[in-house]
Amino acid sequence: MLSIKNLHASVEDKDILKGINLEIKAGEVHAIMGPNGAGKSTLSSIIAGNENYEVSEGEILLEGEDISELAPEERAHKGVFLSFQYPVEIPGVSVTNFIKTAINEKRKANNQEEMPANEMLKLIREKSELLEMDRKFLSRSLNEGFSGGEKKRNEIFQMAMLEPKLAILDETDSGLDIDALRIVANGVNKLKNESNAVLVITHYQRLLDYIVPDYVHVLMDGKIVKTGGADLALKLEEKGYDWIKQEQEA
Amino acid sequence: MAKYTEDDLKVELENKEYEYGFYTELESETFPNGLNEDIVRAISQKKEEPQWMTDWRIEAFRAWQEMTEPEWANVHYEKPDFQAISYYSAPKKADPNKTLDDVDPELLAMYKKLGISIDEQKKMNNIAMDIVVDSVSVATTFKKTLAEKGIIFMSISEAIKEHPELVRKYLGTVVPQKDNFYAALNSAVFSDGSFCYIPKGVRCPMELSTYFRINQAGTGQFERTLVIADEGSYVSYLEGCTAPSRDENQLHAAVVELIALDNAEIKYSTVQNWYPGNKEGKGGVFNFVTKRGLCEKNAKISWTQVETGSAVTWKYPSCVLKGDNSIGEFYSIAVTNNFQQADTGTKMIHLGKNTKSTIISKGISAGKSQNSYRGLVQIGARAENARNFSQCDSLLMGNNCGAHTFPYIESKNATAKIEHEATTSKIGEDQVFYCNQRGIPTEKAIALIVNGFSKDVLNKLPMEFAVEAQKLLEISLEGSVG
Repeated sequence: MLSIKNLHASVEDKDILKGINLEIKAGEVHAIMGPNGAGKSTLSSIIAGNENYEVSEGEILLEGEDISELAPEERAHKGVFLSFQYPVEIPGVSVTNFIKTAINEKRKANNQEEMPANEMLKLIREKSELLEMDRKFLSRSLNEGFSGGEKKRNEIFQMAMLEPKLAILDETDSGLDIDALRIVANGVNKLKNESNAVLVITHYQRLLDYIVPDYVHVLMDGKIVKTGGADLALKLEEKGYDWIKQEQEA
Repeated sequence: MAKYTEDDLKVELENKEYEYGFYTELESETFPNGLNEDIVRAISQKKEEPQWMTDWRIEAFRAWQEMTEPEWANVHYEKPDFQAISYYSAPKKADPNKTLDDVDPELLAMYKKLGISIDEQKKMNNIAMDIVVDSVSVATTFKKTLAEKGIIFMSISEAIKEHPELVRKYLGTVVPQKDNFYAALNSAVFSDGSFCYIPKGVRCPMELSTYFRINQAGTGQFERTLVIADEGSYVSYLEGCTAPSRDENQLHAAVVELIALDNAEIKYSTVQNWYPGNKEGKGGVFNFVTKRGLCEKNAKISWTQVETGSAVTWKYPSCVLKGDNSIGEFYSIAVTNNFQQADTGTKMIHLGKNTKSTIISKGISAGKSQNSYRGLVQIGARAENARNFSQCDSLLMGNNCGAHTFPYIESKNATAKIEHEATTSKIGEDQVFYCNQRGIPTEKAIALIVNGFSKDVLNKLPMEFAVEAQKLLEISLEGSVG
């Protein structure tokens, strides 16, 4: 599904990613953990195509196709989805209007007709129920005055609507109380299938109790320094990152 | 796949011609350039006006000669040479007595280009159109339907002949001849415009609509609009404008007067997309307009405007809330791009008791443009319990444009309640990236954000106008982020 080879990237001449290699197959859930400033959010932004970062070397392949030169919206049309750590507010644009525009832009790019209104409504109803969202929520301005939990739930709602091939969840657990965490994780698990993949970027292990990863990678100083199974996350929770640092230095 | 960058897009859009920039070859009758009493008389004579009208014009002309062009607005431009303008231009073949079938086919073709084919408009049974091409009203539709209700909707030239008692009673009562430099000029030389009278207790069954358009090179356009809503009546009036693209600046100085008698309501909506000049700031229309409405007891006037065009805009649709319990509203979206300059806002003059006014102004600036809101809320000594709420929001795109707010408040009554809110925001890269990530391309993302920002005002427009206005916002801001 996603194949990242020797990815180097910088922002304002500061090297952040220093040779990332990552292979995610369809049907898999991967988690990337690491201390603050390791480059976790940079990696997710770069996969999504944020032009504030300079990719100096390496390639990003989605289903075998190099997407590293594509505009962010073209990547989105091909099935890349990023759940933002800090979703932005767009005053005056309702959640419904926004997702309707996004879906129809994607369909247009893939030479499909616009989604008929009744189908759209049905889909919105279905997915909002999945995420236990209040109907009133859908007519509110996008993220304006939303609580942290509402913002994250709205991100996963959009993910559910867009049915991406690759979903990147950037710190989706931050700002969530335990109930919201359960709802969000439950949503992600229901959307998960054999033909898509999920990349979870997180600081803490607790989200991984709900979304169980097949692989856990440790990102430190711009490189993946260790890869393991779900148990690696537990070990990190317990022992922190220092032991890996020491292992590296040894 | 080759990357289509924002720079490519910018180049493509900059090269895109002004969509309405075509010129129709019509045989026109045009007066020689320049202005003096003889020209004023000639205009009046050409239009077969009665003596009182000629005298009224001459009086205005004499006042205008004594006046100087105002300079207080936050706009900079080369002042027009008023002696280099021709003050009368009419398509020769136009004849108000002809039916549509007799109308110059080229004229009809022009309407089609503008997307306002009269045939279509006729079929759209809810809009009556009084179309002004250059100066003479060429085609009036739906007159009959309106006549059955006693509603008068015709060109002001016709009204001067057919309903002199109404015109004479109200013309200049809200915007006097000497009100300001441009209003005086308009009073002297106005060529045509619309007249509308809604009788007592009548609710006008359709939206009345006028399209203005400047066609002949180097002719100024001076329309005069007079709308009278008699006691207890209601009317919604739409005004839309387009102008072909030209290199020299064209002057437009209109006057609109609204009179809402006791318990009457007038809703006046404008979409203005006159040629803004090219991306270097060359050409474009100078739009110096005086619009004012008078509210008698319990009357209400709402101004809604979407201003996307013109090189320089100077416009303050205002309400004189003379009657007790009267209401004035002003909803505005003003977009400026490239080198456009807009100084626009409103005046709410509270004279009666319990009068209320609401001002919602949304300014959007892009490119190297300057966008100013200028508003006055004035509470008179006798205006007990007057209330005003003003909200002025500015949205900036890029780092080279400016947004300015000049709110003036004068209260002579201690019971007044006046609220003013203002915000300034910028379209953030993070907002655009968020939209991009969801598959929404940058141009569309901007349109979405701008529409969201303008929603409170767009919602006030009649349905068919709102759709057009949304499209205009998109066209005006194309290529403004890069």
